[in-house]
Amino acid sequence: MDSPLRLITTEVTPAIELAKTVEALLVVASQPLPVETIAEAADVDVLHVGEALELLSERYSEQTSGIVLEHVAGGWAFRASAAASDACARLFEKPVEKGLSQAALETLAIVAYLGPMSRPEVARIRGVNVDGVIAGLVERGLIAEGGRDNEFGAIRYRTTPLFERVFGLESLASLPRADDLGADVAEIRERLEAVAEKRPA
Amino acid sequence: MPVAVRELELDLDAFEGPFDLLLSLVLREELPLREVDLAEVVIAFVEHLHAKGELDLDACGEFLILISALLELKARAMFPEEEAELAELEPEEAAEELARRLAEYRRAKDAANWLREQLDVRRDLFFRLGPAPLAPKVERKLAQQSPLKLVEALRGLAVEPPAPSVAHMALRFPPTSQFLDRWRALLRRRTRFDFDQEVEGLSRVEIAVAFLALLELRKQNEIAIAQAGPFAPIRISRADAERSLSWTAHSA
Repeated sequence: MDSPLRLITTEVTPAIELAKTVEALLVVASQPLPVETIAEAADVDVLHVGEALELLSERYSEQTSGIVLEHVAGGWAFRASAAASDACARLFEKPVEKGLSQAALETLAIVAYLGPMSRPEVARIRGVNVDGVIAGLVERGLIAEGGRDNEFGAIRYRTTPLFERVFGLESLASLPRADDLGADVAEIRERLEAVAEKRPA
Repeated sequence: MPVAVRELELDLDAFEGPFDLLLSLVLREELPLREVDLAEVVIAFVEHLHAKGELDLDACGEFLILISALLELKARAMFPEEEAELAELEPEEAAEELARRLAEYRRAKDAANWLREQLDVRRDLFFRLGPAPLAPKVERKLAQQSPLKLVEALRGLAVEPPAPSVAHMALRFPPTSQFLDRWRALLRRRTRFDFDQEVEGLSRVEIAVAFLALLELRKQNEIAIAQAGPFAPIRISRADAERSLSWTAHSA
């Protein structure tokens, strides 16, 4: 577009140029890139990266492209569009999330909400031994060691950026609020008491 | 103990015999309770009642008390570390604690379900997975250096290596035949000659070849060779002149 307007909107041109650089960085990256990392690599201000990402988000959306830009795991990353999922599934495996058991998901949930947590702490909540489950999650890369228990020196585990990515979370803060989950203590208490009252004194 | 309970015969994996014997064994800690399947005991009791065909309420009450005591013992045996904590609590507090734990677990279950839903939502979404090929951060460990230092270091390394010797390549071995002819011609004119005299002025290589030619002639029995001792002059004579000369007698 060789309209004379271009001379006036000189600010747009650098954003388009920067967008090229940003999409180049994203296509090479194998994990989500935080805005700060992109800014550092492109040698520009974080604010400009934000503008470039806005441009790219429009260009790479489910409606317009087979490549979709998403904000996930504290950064920005390309993924395949949902429309291309069948073709992708014929060629690629999803080894990280394939066959996650209910026990694994419960353990993940506990570590995600209450982590970093040691094995005994998780076991206490789940009421069963979790050694095998924890080892499996570590192998999948969904949780990793994150420091040690102050009291007993047990290894504590936290969720990884890969966990956030696999579950489509921008960060752990994107998990539903714990208060919105499950019945609260008072409610369970009431139910327990109701059962107790039926008991003849 | 009502008869019905005492009569109860058990056939379990860990124990076989009357119920009251099981009780006393457990109380004397001779049988670890965690190995006893209490549900089987309950089933056995219910079957026992059924077989009797009448509902003995006293027996049922007795059995309930006994089996619940056993269950509590078993629960404590299975979670020994929690026993101390819970034992210190008042019933009210214990209920509170139990409710809190149940709520905690319930939340974990709900969160797990939410995660499962997320997985379903993202089942069709693929992305690249792999080790991040990040460039290592540039680290400057050395202080600024003068480029001349590098030149100096290189100069130390850049000494030309000694030229390999090619002296051996210049060696030319004259053909043995040349000396064979020469010795034969000489022997036609003279009956004998002194080796050293004849080869005087020749190069070492030529002397060596001349000597080889001599050996060749000796092999073919054309000449006799004589040497009085080590490093003594080597004398050569025609084979036919050999016998007439006294010094040839010493030759080998």
